[in-house]
Amino acid sequence: MRTYKNNVIHDKIMKCILYLAIGLLAVVSFFPFYAMIINATRSGVEISRAFSLIPSSHLVENYVQLIKFVNIPRGILNSILVSVPATLFTAYFSALAAYGLAFYKFKTNKIVFAAILIFMMIPGQLSLIGFYQLCTKLHLVNSYLPLILPAIASPGTVFFLRQYALSAVPETLIEAARLDGANELYTFHRIIIPILSPGIATMGIMTFIGNWNSYLLPMIILNKTEKFTLPVMVSTLRSATDLQQNQGATYLAVAISVIPIMLVFTFFSRYIISSISAGAVKE
Amino acid sequence: MRKHKRLGSYNNWGYLFVLPFSVIFLIFSVYPVLRTLHLSFTDLKVMGDAHFIGFNNYIRVIQDKFFWKALLNTVRIWGVNIVLQLGLAFLLMMVFSDVKYKMKGLGFFRIVYYLPNLIAATSVAFLFQTLLDWRYGSFNIIISNIARFFGTSYNPVDWIGNGHVVPYVIAVIQSWMWFGNSFIMLMAGVQGIPKDYFEAAAIDGAGRWTVFFKITLPLLRPIMMYVAITSLIGGLQMFDLPFLMIQPSSSAYGNVQTVMMYLYRFGFTAGSINTGYASAVAYMLFLIILAVSLIQLYLFRDKDKTNTKKGGRK
Repeated sequence: MRTYKNNVIHDKIMKCILYLAIGLLAVVSFFPFYAMIINATRSGVEISRAFSLIPSSHLVENYVQLIKFVNIPRGILNSILVSVPATLFTAYFSALAAYGLAFYKFKTNKIVFAAILIFMMIPGQLSLIGFYQLCTKLHLVNSYLPLILPAIASPGTVFFLRQYALSAVPETLIEAARLDGANELYTFHRIIIPILSPGIATMGIMTFIGNWNSYLLPMIILNKTEKFTLPVMVSTLRSATDLQQNQGATYLAVAISVIPIMLVFTFFSRYIISSISAGAVKE
Repeated sequence: MRKHKRLGSYNNWGYLFVLPFSVIFLIFSVYPVLRTLHLSFTDLKVMGDAHFIGFNNYIRVIQDKFFWKALLNTVRIWGVNIVLQLGLAFLLMMVFSDVKYKMKGLGFFRIVYYLPNLIAATSVAFLFQTLLDWRYGSFNIIISNIARFFGTSYNPVDWIGNGHVVPYVIAVIQSWMWFGNSFIMLMAGVQGIPKDYFEAAAIDGAGRWTVFFKITLPLLRPIMMYVAITSLIGGLQMFDLPFLMIQPSSSAYGNVQTVMMYLYRFGFTAGSINTGYASAVAYMLFLIILAVSLIQLYLFRDKDKTNTKKGGRK
């Protein structure tokens, strides 16, 4: 029989082992990024000779080598030009539609909502070919419009915000605004959007990350190098660089594409976690 | 009367609010999906005239062994990935929800575990391609250093060029990217279970394993279903990672070509474009996803019902 004291010691050891295990997993999650940042500062020769955890001094040299192959600042600018308007469109128009669906009784309300539910289930590949055909017909190839305009209609975001509005906006508030003679759009802009803002922020961050990281669609729509967004640009490096000589530069390219998202995440991780959790509890 | 009429006119604002969404939705979502369906019954190549050819494209998909090989590749990568991903997330959930150890730092750890999911697949592919390069990659260099330390030699594994190894490498990277996401979902589910259940169990003197198997696990079933289905829908459409990591010229390509890569080849790769055929592939994949999701739903729903019955009898 174990004594109480033995039990406590046993628990303490067990707890240490568990912390060690989850700590190790955290290292596994973070290590490739760390290796990436370190290797971005090392020369190709250093990297192929041995692995190191200490940064070296070739950062500038790697950058000079990198921009010979790709115009990284241009890629960042292009990604911003696509992701920022797309995110704003999704946020604003989804909130608008969600509010309309949640609080107004009109004939097509149920039809629109049913269509949203159906299209949330339909995988994106079903529209890919038709979408490309449409873009060629409308002469939108190499334009950012096909990457930005569709953001206005984001079924998942509308669904999420509709549920959010139903629980967060008291109907009496809307009626009070009407009694005060407020125009409906005024009510939406001045009263509803502030109430919905946590939900809008949550979906907005996820939309931004999704747009920033999007690869397949920009790759299909854009074929001029100067139009490439960052992920498409990074993917062209594969054929442009000789890995043996420029490993440091390649790591740097990846690091540059990753760091903006990491920054967004450190500031907004609360919203991201809450949106994933919401997806789970919604069921 | 007058009030009633005014209420009706308020409701008409609803049309305006939903209008931008509806217009763009019809043009960029509904039309392309229907257009793909229409094209799947035609012989459209790149441009030019499309002729109706009935189910010929679908018959060709069914008869093409490369399609089935691609499906097998996709399912294999997804299968290994989901076992690792859910298994890991599940173990973590058990550790962090354990009533006895009361582990701290959940907020910190779930952020760190989620990090790999934030990064564009292009960057992930490129990062691992470089790390796993068989001659110059850091991974093999570390292993050979360790081997040298122990006085043995290490024959470098070609993690990406070897067709028997690379599907599993991709599956592991995929799980690395997604286990944090599953973990956050499972944790949200655990935290959503009303505290009274645990308190009642504690009063009844239930041990932690009883609590886990009789309360936590059954109540988590709907969330596990959600994770499994969303993962399946995403997994069967896998594209970025294998597409970017393995060149078509590589001998490993045949073992990693996913259905989406197969579709991409006929939809968008110059020289082999067959738009009608690619559209049929898209719809075949959709039908497969639909069928599997329905089966999953059915399996989970059945168990759910017996659970509620049990709950009701108590």
